Amino acid sequence: MQYLPNLFFALALLIGLGFFAMNIRKLYRNIKLGKDINRKDKKSERLKNMMMIALGQSKMVKRPLSGFLHIIVYLGFIIINIEVLEIIIDGLFGTHRVFKGYLGNGFYGFLIGTFEILAALVFVAIVIFWFRRNISNIKRFLSKEMKGWPKTDANNILYFEMILMTLFVVMNASDTPFQQAGVGNPISRFFVPLFDGFSTESLHIIERSAWWSHILGILIFLNYLFYSKHLHILLAFPNTYFANLELKGKFNNLESVTKEVKLMMDPEADPYATPAEGVEETVPEKFGASDVADLNWVQLLNAYTCTECGRCTSACPANLTGKELSPRKIMMDTRDRLEEVGRNLDANKGVFIDDGKQLLNDYISPEELWACTSCNACVEECPVNIDPLSIITDMRRYLVMEESAAPQELNMMMTNVENNGAPWQFNQQDRLNWVNEE
Amino acid sequence: MNVPTMADMIAQEKQPEVLFWVGAAGSYDERAKKISRAFVKILHQAKVDFAVLGTEESSTGDTAKRAGNEFLFQMQAMMNIEILNGYNVKKIVTCDPHSFNTLKNEYPSLGGNYEVYHHTQFIQNLISEGRLKINDTILKGKKITFHDPCYLGRANEEYESPRNLIRRLGVNLKEMKRNKSSALCCGAGGAQMFKDAEKGTKEINVLRTEDALETKPDIIATGCPYCNTMMTDGVKFKEKEAEVLVKDIAELIAEANQL
Repeated sequence: MQYLPNLFFALALLIGLGFFAMNIRKLYRNIKLGKDINRKDKKSERLKNMMMIALGQSKMVKRPLSGFLHIIVYLGFIIINIEVLEIIIDGLFGTHRVFKGYLGNGFYGFLIGTFEILAALVFVAIVIFWFRRNISNIKRFLSKEMKGWPKTDANNILYFEMILMTLFVVMNASDTPFQQAGVGNPISRFFVPLFDGFSTESLHIIERSAWWSHILGILIFLNYLFYSKHLHILLAFPNTYFANLELKGKFNNLESVTKEVKLMMDPEADPYATPAEGVEETVPEKFGASDVADLNWVQLLNAYTCTECGRCTSACPANLTGKELSPRKIMMDTRDRLEEVGRNLDANKGVFIDDGKQLLNDYISPEELWACTSCNACVEECPVNIDPLSIITDMRRYLVMEESAAPQELNMMMTNVENNGAPWQFNQQDRLNWVNEE
Repeated sequence: MNVPTMADMIAQEKQPEVLFWVGAAGSYDERAKKISRAFVKILHQAKVDFAVLGTEESSTGDTAKRAGNEFLFQMQAMMNIEILNGYNVKKIVTCDPHSFNTLKNEYPSLGGNYEVYHHTQFIQNLISEGRLKINDTILKGKKITFHDPCYLGRANEEYESPRNLIRRLGVNLKEMKRNKSSALCCGAGGAQMFKDAEKGTKEINVLRTEDALETKPDIIATGCPYCNTMMTDGVKFKEKEAEVLVKDIAELIAEANQL
């Protein structure tokens, strides 16, 4: 019977981590639904990007207030996790504050003290975040796409963190031997008077409850990630690693188009020729993207990484002038559609059954896509190097090349380019007239 | 105005130092043609041996590409590359950041490898090499703000060349609140120049013009013919055309040097 708590702990840990691993596999499968794109090159540059942007938060601090608060929460998250290691060992082996014996009272006290101070700072930062989300009129948190679940999700995360930080401090405050040792309790000592007059037994129950709630809370939170925008705490790292390293102005040239254009421009080519022996006849590739599987896996990773902060949207010229386009919504829609496709796969033993829906029209409207100026402000703003513009471009490609569905004025522009080599209706023979017009 | 074409040059068995890619706006747009002429005057003053393609020049395909028409883009690109490579062109300069971006970044993988400069970079180099001087007395004391073209700034990370040139004019350069990497688009990019905007509450060029007017400038400087159009329209919309001029940096330099 005395091993019951250990067993229960091991079971909880197993279920928590097992469920998490299962969800990560699903996540990986969904991302791999995207087309291949080579991001195996320039390893050191990629690593440097990840170190600077994800680990070093270099793009976060471009907005100083939210950047600073975010760094507090981020550091808290990383450093306080050392404490979780101790909790796991204690839980599995029935020890109590096992590191204390190894590290000595002084150093252990220093560590826990640091965690306590961080926990307090995190709590304050979280409260400010809550006010920013719910009370202050910050435009990027009030956009259309933030109504409903996205807002609830954001608040859930804040409440989760508030509770976890509180439990950590309560756990320390109600641990009588820890308080009596008097080191490492710079915050929890102020909460000790709350328990004045409590019997040793009830104090112990409070301490145990806080301890258990804390670790179970962490396991639940870990599994909440998969259903939440909060996945960025994990995916920010691969996302910055695999991000585009080219200049932002350089759009990819579709190779499938190059093949066809070369064929068209080659006077020797015979379009009716039977393919050479051994060459497989392939179905012509679809141009551009109308659904998530037409995007590449980096774009899908981008979608899962987005934490809906809205810096992109708050810098988007189209959005700032009241157009439907919001780069954040492009990312959220891509993720939501991908999730839908994933659920479809789950329900049908891994085979996608056509649901009559796609990313285009059912999630993202042509009106949104045509409002983009391709100015790259959204790409520049993203603290984790998400590229909404590449998705917009791929979807425009589909609209134009597969559906011939460009706005009428753009069709005229393209006809002009085709016929007279300029977007306007001028004669190519007049191209040099400007020289003598003064 | 003497503007030789590559065909003329080859006929005389000459290879110019640089090809001036005029672009559609610079060739046909009334306002942008003035920028092309101002730039040519600067090239003449610095004794740069240059040529244009003239009637052999065709759209780079940039607008088609941004609109999503990769076919049309690649057809334009391959046609242009055939001509450019046929003339053995190595170095290109253009006043249009969109042409600049496409020629520099998107032509190489289709077989067009050139050293491509935006005119502000090219003029900056002429000054560094001692081939050109800018007179800092004519425009002295004028208040100028610079609007970063997206395809020069964010797209190609060139923020300093235009600013260095503006400072050499002896003027008072005042930055807008959104500048350099956080500059706001003028509203013309991504093929928007050729269509009406989607339904909204405001035109982008008006919002950007408001950014510029906040600095109380005498002149709004740009480095892109499309930005020039958008900002000029914005200033008119705000009924400030009597007080505020919209000028390309090439025009300002030509004016300062009394060309």
